[in-house]
Amino acid sequence: MLSGGRLAAAALLPAVAVFFSGTAWALDGAAVEKLALGEGDERIAAISALVSEGDPKAVDVLKALAEGEMQTSGRRVLIVRGGKAMDAVTGEAVAPVPADSEDVVANNRLRAAVGDALALLRLLSPVRAERLASAKTLAGGADAATLPLVQRALAQESDAEIRALLEIIAASMQLKSESRDARLAAIRTLGRSSSASSKTLLLELANDADPDIRREAHMSLDAVEKRLALGEWLGLAFAGISLASILLLAALGLAITYGLMGVINMAHGELIMIGAYTTYVVQNLFRGSAFDWYLAAAVPAAFVVSGLVGMALERTVIRWLYGRPLETLLATWGISLILIQAVRTLFGAQNVQVENPAFMSGGLQVLSNLVLPWSRIYIVAFVALVLAGMWILLGKTRLGLFIRGVTQNRAMASCVGVPTARVDTWAFGLGSAIAGLAGCALSQLGNVGPDLGQGYIVDSFLVVVFGGVGHLAGTAYAALVLGFANKALESWSGAVLAKIAVLVFIIFFIQRRPQGLFALRGRAVDT
Amino acid sequence: MKRRALVKAIALAVASISLGSTAFAQQKTIKVGVLHSLSGTMAISETVLKDTVLMAIEEVNAGGGVMGMKIEPVVVDPASNWPLFAEKARQLITQDKVAVVFGCWTSVSRKSVLPVFEELNGLLFYPVQYEGEEISKNVFYTGAAPNQQAIPAVEYLMSKEGGGAKRWFLLGTDYVYPRTTNKILRAFLHSKGVTDKDIEEIYTPFGHNDYQTIVANIKKFAASGRTAVVSTINGDSNVPFYKELGNQGLKATDVPVVAFSVGEEELRGVDTKPLVGHLAAWNYFMSIKAPANDEFIKKWTAYAKAKNIPGHKDKPLTNDPMEATYIGVHMWKQAVEKAKSFDVDKVTAAMAGQTFKAPSGITSKMDEKNHHLHKAVFIGEVKADGQFNVVWKTKGPIKAQPWSPFIPGNDKKKDEPALMAAKKP
Repeated sequence: MLSGGRLAAAALLPAVAVFFSGTAWALDGAAVEKLALGEGDERIAAISALVSEGDPKAVDVLKALAEGEMQTSGRRVLIVRGGKAMDAVTGEAVAPVPADSEDVVANNRLRAAVGDALALLRLLSPVRAERLASAKTLAGGADAATLPLVQRALAQESDAEIRALLEIIAASMQLKSESRDARLAAIRTLGRSSSASSKTLLLELANDADPDIRREAHMSLDAVEKRLALGEWLGLAFAGISLASILLLAALGLAITYGLMGVINMAHGELIMIGAYTTYVVQNLFRGSAFDWYLAAAVPAAFVVSGLVGMALERTVIRWLYGRPLETLLATWGISLILIQAVRTLFGAQNVQVENPAFMSGGLQVLSNLVLPWSRIYIVAFVALVLAGMWILLGKTRLGLFIRGVTQNRAMASCVGVPTARVDTWAFGLGSAIAGLAGCALSQLGNVGPDLGQGYIVDSFLVVVFGGVGHLAGTAYAALVLGFANKALESWSGAVLAKIAVLVFIIFFIQRRPQGLFALRGRAVDT
Repeated sequence: MKRRALVKAIALAVASISLGSTAFAQQKTIKVGVLHSLSGTMAISETVLKDTVLMAIEEVNAGGGVMGMKIEPVVVDPASNWPLFAEKARQLITQDKVAVVFGCWTSVSRKSVLPVFEELNGLLFYPVQYEGEEISKNVFYTGAAPNQQAIPAVEYLMSKEGGGAKRWFLLGTDYVYPRTTNKILRAFLHSKGVTDKDIEEIYTPFGHNDYQTIVANIKKFAASGRTAVVSTINGDSNVPFYKELGNQGLKATDVPVVAFSVGEEELRGVDTKPLVGHLAAWNYFMSIKAPANDEFIKKWTAYAKAKNIPGHKDKPLTNDPMEATYIGVHMWKQAVEKAKSFDVDKVTAAMAGQTFKAPSGITSKMDEKNHHLHKAVFIGEVKADGQFNVVWKTKGPIKAQPWSPFIPGNDKKKDEPALMAAKKP
């Protein structure tokens, strides 16, 4: 961000005046040529030369460079947009696009310099959003030579948010000022900042020769670090919630099939995988039109497909094995292998791509150093909905009543006329369907491949066993505890050790408390 | 007794039919092995290498084969399972009697098959950049050694043009390649005056898919000075990593990420718009403008269409390990023809000094002694369309240094394979 500033800035002041008065000058051909064909510093100098002309066309040329729309044909510089070429210097159309034209490569340094130059030009723009965006760009660390311009912008600015940003930008430029008082004032101003780049600047001053400056720098640094730490803590908490939501979603289905029904379903992961592949298929159907809406169809589709597969499994295999856990374990494990191989044959062994709809990419900027990805926010909300839905289904509906009745006392339920066999099928189908929902959600975060389920089966069992078998609320609490523990350990000891530590913790916990976090007391199964 | 004899007879008959169909139908074939993961976490990278070998073989066969013999590929799937690599390698050499094997991606898989190749005196062509610290007389390394990829990349990021990074976040998958590379890089950074407090080293397990905390840690680390991230993440973990980078808004102009195992193929399926400007260092990019590359891409496009290769039939992509694989198959053919034999020792001797016009635009040469290719180094920035802009390159090919001078004790090691392997008891 700091690369191009100095050279550009020297030329900027007169430029900005001209820029907004709207006088159109011809572009400097030599500068454009240098920009396109020069090397390193030469190109940075060309940016400032172009900006100093103050021609709106210069802005256009710079934008074209940053966005990779600039090409050269011999020594002629072209801007190529949507298959149409235009001479960058004269602005006249060039048709057809010359065959020998080559892309002009812009590297990070050049893009940053162009970004800063454009931001400086827009700092006096009448549109608030443009000024705010400019201020945010420059807050990343603009060069001190642009100080007069920033001060002028500050004098004109009335918006509080932009003012605050500009003050910090101005202060960070004055840190190396000649006057000691100005430096001290700047350091104090920076203490109000909450951005990481201010910390970088203050750190440099923390070893200054002047004791007063050192002291002030340390004080400001503490203040900034406190604000940054808040962002870091919130980020960690969100990471914990996000992981917990994923664990919970993966384990919820198992909480029914294993927790309530007692079926050790090793194919649970594959039901998740089927949900993810259903999402993939639905996504492909939506390609071309209304792509952003494919999830609206994928969620119910994943629910239904996984649910049907689960019901078919129950009808054909699992129902013959109730009460024989070892056989169930082996049979479902075999089924999981069959399902993996089936998907491999159908879709190939390689991962398939599930793209996020537009509203799920990017993130929400909460603090200067905290951006929460939309995809994770949506998934946390989705899990909350699924959990609520399941609670209502099991607690408030007739089917839920039957399921609870059958799991508590099969013989008695049968005596009062509950069709236990059919209820088993429905319950298993429900658990499987929720696994399908998990697959749909997971496809938005990670990879979708035939082995997808294998990565979650162990975690799912851990959550259910840790929470207490047969206890839905326990599953939710266990997911939260494991999610937070994993993330807290990960930030402290790294991902590999965190995983080991969590496993060791659970082993000891289960040794001490085999019934899990929440024990079933007597017959009272409270779901 | 009688029944057993009958079963035996049937089994024999079936076996001879299945063997015969290959042995008799095309007379005079020579088998070569293809040992790449077609499933599991590495399938994202390795599957396409299998197809590249098959394409190169088809090309050689179309040109009359090797010494008048058609090449018959034997494809096996070691499924990203390291011990299985060794098993499959043994099967290829002892049962299928292949003349040569093209395969492996991760160093852990190469380390796993190495004893097998040395014991049975097989021949392996390894097409991926790796950490060095190894020269085997049974292996030809057509990918880059650290001085042909990692070190130039870090030097670039230190330079003014590359952003002048002062702090380094070394992020990798937890196995031998990232650990050794980072050991070399740490020593290299020390030699440039970077202190340990400005270097952070983080590892994740294979298949890791939650990069929230790591990206947050990168942000935190970057607050204390100009930072660059060096990623040696391998396999499909790269997809969630780059998604998280994009979603958390970490821009390349603030914190550039340079990757050593991410190419055009790994970025397929990732929205690359937020990733513009992040870097990769390789010895080949699809975007390189060279006649040999145009031809290579054309061949691959046609092959992918003809064979209906998923993904590539609609959007053909080429990458560095594919190029290295392609060079490997052709160099092996040239060496066999020079040696006039498929014998491993004779072919090995003939490999020294072999040259091939590489798609990257240079003439690649196999070093006379150290079994590594001389390669040019390119550094590319990700473009919005998932391709790479070459922003820096070496003037010409560089000789590989498998024994990095940045690891103590390596100055005494010889830059050629030891001869003891052949005389093992």
